[in-house]
Amino acid sequence: MSDRVLDVRGLVKRFGGLTATDHVTLDLQRGEIHALIGPNGAGKSTLINQLCGELAPDEGEVRIMGRDVTGLGVPERVGLGLGRTFQITSLLTEMTVAENIALAVQARRGGNFRLFDRLRGRKEVWAEVGSLLQGSGLATRAGIRVSGLSHGEKKQLELLVALAGKPAFLLLDEPMAGLGHSESQEMVQVLKRIAQEVPMLLVEHDMEAVFALASRISVLVYGRIIATGSVEEIRNHPEVREAYLGQEDELC
Amino acid sequence: MEKRKTLGLALGLAVLLAMPWLMETFGSSSALSLASRILVYSIAAASLNLVLGYGGMISLGHAAFFGMGGYAVGILYAHNGGDPFLGLIPGSNHLLVTLPAAMLLGGAVAALIGALSLRTSGVQFIMITLAFAQMLFFFFVSLKAYGGEDGIIIRRPNEFFGLNLRDRTTVWYVVLGFWLAFMLVLWRVIGSSFGAVLKGMKQNERRMAAMGLAPYRYKLYAFILSGMGAGLAGALMANLMRFTSPDMLHWTKSATLMTMVILGGVGTFFGPLLGAAAYLILETWLGGLTEYWQFWLGLILLAVVLGTKGGLVALVAGLWARLTGGARP
Repeated sequence: MSDRVLDVRGLVKRFGGLTATDHVTLDLQRGEIHALIGPNGAGKSTLINQLCGELAPDEGEVRIMGRDVTGLGVPERVGLGLGRTFQITSLLTEMTVAENIALAVQARRGGNFRLFDRLRGRKEVWAEVGSLLQGSGLATRAGIRVSGLSHGEKKQLELLVALAGKPAFLLLDEPMAGLGHSESQEMVQVLKRIAQEVPMLLVEHDMEAVFALASRISVLVYGRIIATGSVEEIRNHPEVREAYLGQEDELC
Repeated sequence: MEKRKTLGLALGLAVLLAMPWLMETFGSSSALSLASRILVYSIAAASLNLVLGYGGMISLGHAAFFGMGGYAVGILYAHNGGDPFLGLIPGSNHLLVTLPAAMLLGGAVAALIGALSLRTSGVQFIMITLAFAQMLFFFFVSLKAYGGEDGIIIRRPNEFFGLNLRDRTTVWYVVLGFWLAFMLVLWRVIGSSFGAVLKGMKQNERRMAAMGLAPYRYKLYAFILSGMGAGLAGALMANLMRFTSPDMLHWTKSATLMTMVILGGVGTFFGPLLGAAAYLILETWLGGLTEYWQFWLGLILLAVVLGTKGGLVALVAGLWARLTGGARP
């Protein structure tokens, strides 16, 4: 079995005259954090949506664990090992923190059509919820409804819900977006710990976080990947500096 | 908190059990029939509430399943002791046959309508469920073999362990028995693993898909269960009225059920019961006062929706909390 958990070849998506994804080829290997960066409007969200199955590409293919999933929807891909977080948090707002995680655990474990069991009585589900919460920043917030959480807490919950699915790899869509500096640094530590077990494709704007985390970086500009390489290579890549980093002088 | 809830439930059950006596003492004898109708309608409304309140699917076609339940009883009655229906299914006059048949038919029609309409959502879903129900309505209007517009008169009520289902008190206890069984099942379903999935679908389908749960499958499952519940209610109603007609399938019946749910409290367990009670009592009372009772009902509905956040259930819960000295929820 190859080391590639996610393999994308020649992906193309056009919206009318606009080519939002232009022959994108990239992969995610075991044990790495592959960061995807690019200026606003580069087509990062469009790409993520095609990877997780919400949007069908016009050309190219997506493989998960070597299996062609181009024609499959979101739930099937999740069943094959994909886990994701949303840029704009997307949670079950009327449920508590614990209930959100429990539903993700239950979804993975099965028995979702059971009509006459008691969810509260499914000990194995709640035990797993407990161990996921333990040591996280939400340990004391289990009974709080999502609508009562702060933005930073919602971001953490996004991650816990994704982890509850025991994914083979994670697609993280801007996990630091909207976080304060110290919250961001905490998130970096959390992601570092998780990355020891779960490889991740990280879409992120926060360069400090990207450079702290990534083992590989790909740069997306106008739907095209203009460079892929290590942190050092990307830092010094002239085209990248011009297209993206140079304007904002964020590297200095 | 738990104590007050238990007390409330016990009190409610006592009132239901003593209803025939209460009605004889304080109301008129016809009031007991009204109470039976309230229970039956509340089964239909609670079934709608399962998909509307818990699942977020706004169906304006539940009269279809309600009506199919009624016609299951009517058609089986019409064939009782005669030719089998479609040359295959023998008629029956036994409640223990007609009720399951009605639930099966309601569920089957819901599977068909749901399979097509759940491919849409929002306003399209409302319109498509409405359109399917109206198709059934016009089908039965033109179905002369079963009375067309006039429907089927059921001269003899169904047999049920030799009980006299013409007697109001007996009918009340039989209906109450089915109602309790239905509510118990509903309670279990809402607290089950599937119940949690259903509530999740209402809140965020995208998130549910990202958890690996395909919305369509689970919503269709809920829709079928809901159709079975509405079919049960329709069958009980046909027995209560000893009559079934396209009227049960008309879209205004769908709207009535939805009004009951909203009046009582969307997505609450006892909301549909309170909504059905309020609706039918107001209909009877206002209908006796004025021909334009629907106008006044509309005003009251408006006041309840705007004035109580969460319908009559929220109102009653607040009063009950105050009465028993607890904090208001």
